[in-house]
Amino acid sequence: MSADELGAPVAPQWHEIICRTLKAHLVRLVTYVPDRVLAPLIRGVHADDFFTVICPPREEEAVGIVSGAWMGGMRGVVLMQTSGFATLANALASLAVPYQIPVLMIVSERGTLGEYNIGQAMVCRTMRPVLDSLGIEHHTITRADELEFIVDRTIEQAIATQAPAALILSPLLTGGKVFKK
Amino acid sequence: MSAKEPAPGNRNSSKVMNRYDLTQRLVTRLHREEAVIGGIGNTNFDLWASGGRPQNFYMLGSMGLACPIALGVALAQPQRRVIAIEGDGSILMQLGSLGTIAMLGPTNLIVLIMDNGSYQITGGQPTLTARGADVVAVARGVGLAQSVWAADEKDFERRMERALAEDGPWLIAARIDTEPPAAETERDPAQIRDRFMRGLGVKR
Repeated sequence: MSADELGAPVAPQWHEIICRTLKAHLVRLVTYVPDRVLAPLIRGVHADDFFTVICPPREEEAVGIVSGAWMGGMRGVVLMQTSGFATLANALASLAVPYQIPVLMIVSERGTLGEYNIGQAMVCRTMRPVLDSLGIEHHTITRADELEFIVDRTIEQAIATQAPAALILSPLLTGGKVFKK
Repeated sequence: MSAKEPAPGNRNSSKVMNRYDLTQRLVTRLHREEAVIGGIGNTNFDLWASGGRPQNFYMLGSMGLACPIALGVALAQPQRRVIAIEGDGSILMQLGSLGTIAMLGPTNLIVLIMDNGSYQITGGQPTLTARGADVVAVARGVGLAQSVWAADEKDFERRMERALAEDGPWLIAARIDTEPPAAETERDPAQIRDRFMRGLGVKR
């Protein structure tokens, strides 16, 4: 925990908590397709030599890379936004789920709580039904004080049960992306 | 990067070969427990037919992801040579993955493209390569300088032996016919994955 100008402790930011929890679980490979809300987390993993960071052009490709790395003995995560998740149904249904590969996904939630882009609002509604229909464990995180517990236990369970899992970062946690008037 | 960069060769003048025959020529040259990722469909069926190596991974879906999966294995195990075998229809779905490989430059990764210009398994509809799209030119365009066409079987063997011995990443493309595969892979994904991980010496 860091301190402010007057020496009072400052609570760690959500992205710092995620970074440190990934590290604690030896999740070394971070793949992402960029997202504005995830930018501080992306900066954080780029700045830390512990992580191998890859930005492939498509989320499916990231799922493939993380799946291969897992089978080779390296843990990984895929960072994306809601619309990126919508491109993943086939890769999850025909690779991660049937082959029992614990692909960890962190999704920045667009499309709700102040969305200004109708496309994002529509595609957001497909995310949880897809996860549910594939039987993929998912949690929506809204509070910083629950974040470490949820990330920690989700990684643990995904690996122990050899199953993919998704963590959805609500705008309540991250602030989301707001429309600039 | 090797000192002498190979010439790309030419799709039009390359001999039309056979997928199962080339897969066997590859497999007989694997002596160091190299990992092989067989792409969806006929590509992995012929890999399966070429003999049950525990270091083989067979895709039963996720079309286009053989290269990303191979890249992940190559990153996790930099001491092991990793080969992705992908069809032309499959690689056309995920051309960006060649750029990702070029950007990271894993020296232990080889991509083998089996190009028959056809979505063979769905009834032989022509792919873009049948209309002139050149996978080697695309690969070079995104930065995979060591990308080549195999002119014939002997040339394939020479190029593959070099790729197995010298720093990559490499991409070798071969024109193939539309003969059916020699066998079909047993569709048991959990078993395929478990055997592959054990073959790579990975403990969960």
